[in-house]
Amino acid sequence: MRVLLDLFFCFFKTGLFTFGGGYAMLAILKDELTDKKKWISNDELMNFFALSQCTPDVIAINIATFCGYKLKKTAGAVAATLGVVTPSVIIILLIASLFKHMMENPNVVHILNGVRIGVVALLCKIMFDLLAKIWQKNLKKGLSCAIFCVALVELFVFKLSAVLVVLSAIGLYGLDICFKRVKK
Amino acid sequence: MIYITLFYQFFLIGLFAIGGGAATIPFLFDLSKKYGWFSVFQLSDMIAISESTPGAVGVNMATFAGFQAGGFLGGVVATLGLICPSVIVIVAVSKLMMKFQSKEGIDSFFNALQVAATALILFAAYHIAALCGDNILNFVVFALVLTLMFVCPKSAIFYLVLSGILGMVLKL
Repeated sequence: MRVLLDLFFCFFKTGLFTFGGGYAMLAILKDELTDKKKWISNDELMNFFALSQCTPDVIAINIATFCGYKLKKTAGAVAATLGVVTPSVIIILLIASLFKHMMENPNVVHILNGVRIGVVALLCKIMFDLLAKIWQKNLKKGLSCAIFCVALVELFVFKLSAVLVVLSAIGLYGLDICFKRVKK
Repeated sequence: MIYITLFYQFFLIGLFAIGGGAATIPFLFDLSKKYGWFSVFQLSDMIAISESTPGAVGVNMATFAGFQAGGFLGGVVATLGLICPSVIVIVAVSKLMMKFQSKEGIDSFFNALQVAATALILFAAYHIAALCGDNILNFVVFALVLTLMFVCPKSAIFYLVLSGILGMVLKL
């Protein structure tokens, strides 16, 4: 029960500081789940993140469900998911009913613009860390670099959806395995 | 009963919207046409507010749309409808993953996921940066916050609050 409450509040905090979708929450989850509580390794968190892109539903909810399930099975999945949506429900209901004009306040706009820049910086840091890690541990550096470049071209040039990008990365690794087996 | 309709409609949205909050927008347009709970004009306001308030965009929009359709309870019911498919599908996927954890080739699978995740994060950063505009002050704040992260590591929330304060003080 304690762990379930802990999960709920951990994801409540994450939901409260998530701006603009599942991406910003990664940095907060890394702090909370990986560094502080040591519930989930950084590798697992990134796996959940990639899988969340290709399973149905909103990414933030999916990440919460994956993490919660990992810790406490279905009850954990429900607790984490409820935690991540509760701040949204409270804040949006307040804005929708009472503060409709809050978004027009110039100070609010400035704060939100600032936070957005902070999110970009956080994402850049996560990306540097990930690249450094993939580089350190991965034995197939060439293959990983190639797949990373392919994924970027798919995203920036062909504007493919995240689902296809994740699936094609899995497919390319699969091809590599098949290729090696054939060579043996 | 409007609550049952709301729950069902948002359950469907959760089930069919793959790839984040933006994927729910076309479904919300359909809802606006089909039920008239909110106008397309209201919907664009809802999207703007959902994107700039805390919480995942997809969840915010569901709560907002539910509120427009059925008040407070409507907001709660729509959100619950939205999260149900995720819980059901991911519990199943997690069970499958545990089953295959020791199988050969699963390492490559996870490697692939991590490389893809890195590219997706870069893409997301680019998009959010594009929203901020190319004001020189924005670059300064970005460089400052990023440098701080490397020089004195603090929690992510610390940097978000700091950049919010900088945004207000510098009128970004």
